[in-house]
Amino acid sequence: MAENKEKQVLIEVKNLKKYFKVGKNKTLKAVDDVSFKIYKGETLGIVGESGCGKTTCGKTVMGLYPATSGQVLFNGVDIHSLSKSEKKDFTKKAQIIFQDPYSSLNPRMTVGDIIGEGIDIHHICKGEEREKRIFELLQIVGLNKEHASRFPHEFSGGQRQRIGIARALAIEPEFIVCDEPISALDVSIQAQVVNLLIELQKKKGLTYMFIAHDLSMVKHISDRVSVMYLGSMVEYTTSNELYKEPLHPYTKALMSSIPIPDPDEEAEKKRIPIEGEIPSPINPKPGCKFASRCKYATDRCRSEQPQLLEVIPDHYVACHKIASEYNL
Amino acid sequence: MENTNNIIQKDAIEFMPDDFERIGTKGISAEKLSKPSLTYWADVWRRFRSNKMALAGLIILILIVFTLYVGPLLSGQDYQYINYEIADQLPSAQHWFGTDEMGRDIFTRVCYGGRISILIGLCCTLVMFVIGSLLGALAGFKGGFVDDIIMRICEFIGNLPYLVIVIILSLVLGRSMFSLVLAMSLTSWVGTTRMVRGQILQIKEQDFVQAATALGANTNRIILKHLLPNTLGIIMVDITMSVPGFIFSESFLSYVGLGVRPPETSWGAIASSAQQNLMFYPHELFFPCLMIVLTVMAFHFIGDGLSDALDPKLRD
Amino acid sequence: MSEQLLNIEHLSVSFKTYAGTMHAVRDVSFTLDEGETLAIVGESGCGKTVTSKSIMGLLPKQNSIISPESKITFMGRQMIGLSEKEMAEVRGRDISMIFQDPMTSLNPTMKVGEQIAESILIHHKVSKDEAMKKALEMLELVRIPNAKQRMKQYPFEFSGGMRQRAMIAVALVCKPKILIADEPTTALDVTIQAQIMELIGELKKELNMGVILVTHDLGVVASVADSIQVMYAGKVVEYGKSREVFYSPKHPYTLALLKSVPRLSTENKDVLYSLKGTPPDLIVPPDGCPFAARCEYGMNLCRRVNPQYTVFSETQKASCWLHDERADRSGLPESMFGGNI
Repeated sequence: MAENKEKQVLIEVKNLKKYFKVGKNKTLKAVDDVSFKIYKGETLGIVGESGCGKTTCGKTVMGLYPATSGQVLFNGVDIHSLSKSEKKDFTKKAQIIFQDPYSSLNPRMTVGDIIGEGIDIHHICKGEEREKRIFELLQIVGLNKEHASRFPHEFSGGQRQRIGIARALAIEPEFIVCDEPISALDVSIQAQVVNLLIELQKKKGLTYMFIAHDLSMVKHISDRVSVMYLGSMVEYTTSNELYKEPLHPYTKALMSSIPIPDPDEEAEKKRIPIEGEIPSPINPKPGCKFASRCKYATDRCRSEQPQLLEVIPDHYVACHKIASEYNL
Repeated sequence: MENTNNIIQKDAIEFMPDDFERIGTKGISAEKLSKPSLTYWADVWRRFRSNKMALAGLIILILIVFTLYVGPLLSGQDYQYINYEIADQLPSAQHWFGTDEMGRDIFTRVCYGGRISILIGLCCTLVMFVIGSLLGALAGFKGGFVDDIIMRICEFIGNLPYLVIVIILSLVLGRSMFSLVLAMSLTSWVGTTRMVRGQILQIKEQDFVQAATALGANTNRIILKHLLPNTLGIIMVDITMSVPGFIFSESFLSYVGLGVRPPETSWGAIASSAQQNLMFYPHELFFPCLMIVLTVMAFHFIGDGLSDALDPKLRD
Repeated sequence: MSEQLLNIEHLSVSFKTYAGTMHAVRDVSFTLDEGETLAIVGESGCGKTVTSKSIMGLLPKQNSIISPESKITFMGRQMIGLSEKEMAEVRGRDISMIFQDPMTSLNPTMKVGEQIAESILIHHKVSKDEAMKKALEMLELVRIPNAKQRMKQYPFEFSGGMRQRAMIAVALVCKPKILIADEPTTALDVTIQAQIMELIGELKKELNMGVILVTHDLGVVASVADSIQVMYAGKVVEYGKSREVFYSPKHPYTLALLKSVPRLSTENKDVLYSLKGTPPDLIVPPDGCPFAARCEYGMNLCRRVNPQYTVFSETQKASCWLHDERADRSGLPESMFGGNI
């Protein structure tokens, strides 16, 4: 991949694989040979349908799942080969925000204790100082002091998601994996959360890995976007480039199914239909994983898996058809 | 219902001069929580309270415990005092529940026996709760090898014939409260372990546990702060439902002569000695049995109420 | 002129909770015609699901109260006060509903084919073979491939999108007059979402039914809705034909909903338009306009008095004080006051 000299690489993922054994001779290939880089202060968006391995990818990058093979380099150090104490230090630098605002907060803890948990674990501060810090964090996410003594079930989905963000921010991480942070929220609330994330990035120079199935939101928040399908990356480029010129047939179909809040545009728009549904990731067939739903699929697609190639500078695609169109 | 029918006539409104001044969202917070804050247990209590049977159970239980401790003071009788002259009397102003075949006051004996019965029930439950929840949490959280070992031990102990163990233990350790508690709790924690393990397996998958892991929390913290508090509800129900089981077991063992040794007594022991006179003096068996039934029923009602009150699906 | 199927007048529903009475739906009136798709749009807790459940008679009996002046008329028949038995006859045969989560609304222990057939057997006197034949036709109608084999499978063998199709088959097998779809695509991926919405649109035409589409996402309904009803805090704040609502929204809440969806054309990392805070607690509904606490154009009057509806065309109405000629309209789009488009 092309080296960008001015930008500092914070995370480099090399040939990451995460398989789950799901029975005799059955392997679920959730993440299958994925490589990418995340630059400091930038956002990498990961898009794909449910079951494409995007969440597993995010959690493996966080070290929440052990990797089957491959490396996740954080500032040049592989996080999967850390000792116990090094791992604890790593948790101070990388945090995660979850999709479900209901299951991600412990129902028996007060909001103050939930936010303060990281502070306690890493012994950042105590007593009054801790309380002050919690109030500050509540303020950052648009809530107030009185909320600290309340319990999660008293809040709405959007408010809970912001509590989750405050918890992640409490230990001042450099990097946050946002695992579908908005897909469980109402549209009007989604903007609140996304605005907050963008504002925090600008202020604190945070680096995000933003996982979602909503392409329009991903495009909005990301510098680079990677499209995943059944555990593999099919397209990877800057977000503007991707939306200007999507190349992979799957990306094109995905983009054409974004609903537009405009009846006229919606009527004019030609949706590229995808036949059927995403196949099972258990023991996937050889060849391109999208072949079973792709109208351009040839025999070669069904037997040989395409490599992720740089067809235009900074625009990577894994597709035999596109590669031959660009004479690669 | 004013709110439901507010079709306002424009001309009926008295307009103020500053009515049409734009103020936006100034001065009001749309993040306000107007419901009163309710902690988890306060909420459980609120729902428990609304269940009449459960509340009745709780009141009966409190009354019984009160009677067991204050009763002997009021009756003024000694539970060990033998007087054959007044043997086998019917209930009277002097002896409220009558006397047994040795002329001892049954009411006072039932009170003392009940203390032992309930104490044994509580002790066994405590042992069961501590061993069961810790092992269950460990098995559920660690999984793999640890889980396998704990579950095999559970299976082994669960398959031992419980009566044989009790008999062996009372032979080895002698008949005492200690050996009784030991024998009964030795096998009882298996069920709790399995239940807690199942709960933990479920809760472990929830995001807040992963969030804690991502924050760098260690195993102890995760089990004690995140997993166990969230199983506490279910454990509470299990506890209240287990106490009557132990009281029953104790009664049964005492009844067949494996229970506490005289002069100590328990409800089962009183019932046991009364059965010889059942044909002539049924009241001697009736009162201890009544107490057992009342106590067991009270615990069951409380358990039922708790399990409803703790069920998240029934929250409104 | 198509026939009017459903007429709802002054529907108010409240729930008893420990903290007090929650006024979930407050004086809602609307109609639905044959072949019309009505979208009910709003945030969670705005009363859209309660409205649809009251049409189906599915409100929990023990703690819900429907106010006495409420009327739900289905093809001339008053629906409120029907016995459970009468309601059960209507359900499935005349009015059907599909839910957000297709997994929990299908019976996991019954084969899919049997579930569809059962729905026929409840309402019509036909033989089991005939019912199974109809079920198969239905599965083909909702475009499930290999329908014959699929009939004999259990719900867990279906993927999310297929399950939603099966659910639609169950709902439509008796050819109901009205289909109520409560967030039918929220749990699905975008590509599947588009397929399902298309399917609902096609089936509506084929069966000439009225569809009520309940959703929080205006984007989803742009392609299918004929009319849109925007709800906020239990009230209808705006109602209009789809084009009217999309191109000249008359209520600031509708405006906010439209603006908070990012378009592919918006610049990266710009601040998205967002509504602050959360909807009001309906146990103590605010005196004035329920949206006042989150409305950036709010006036003193808004917090005191709830506005009545201003009528803009035969079909469009909205309740907002900004339409009073004395209001400060700076910063608001022209189209909001332009009248007809």
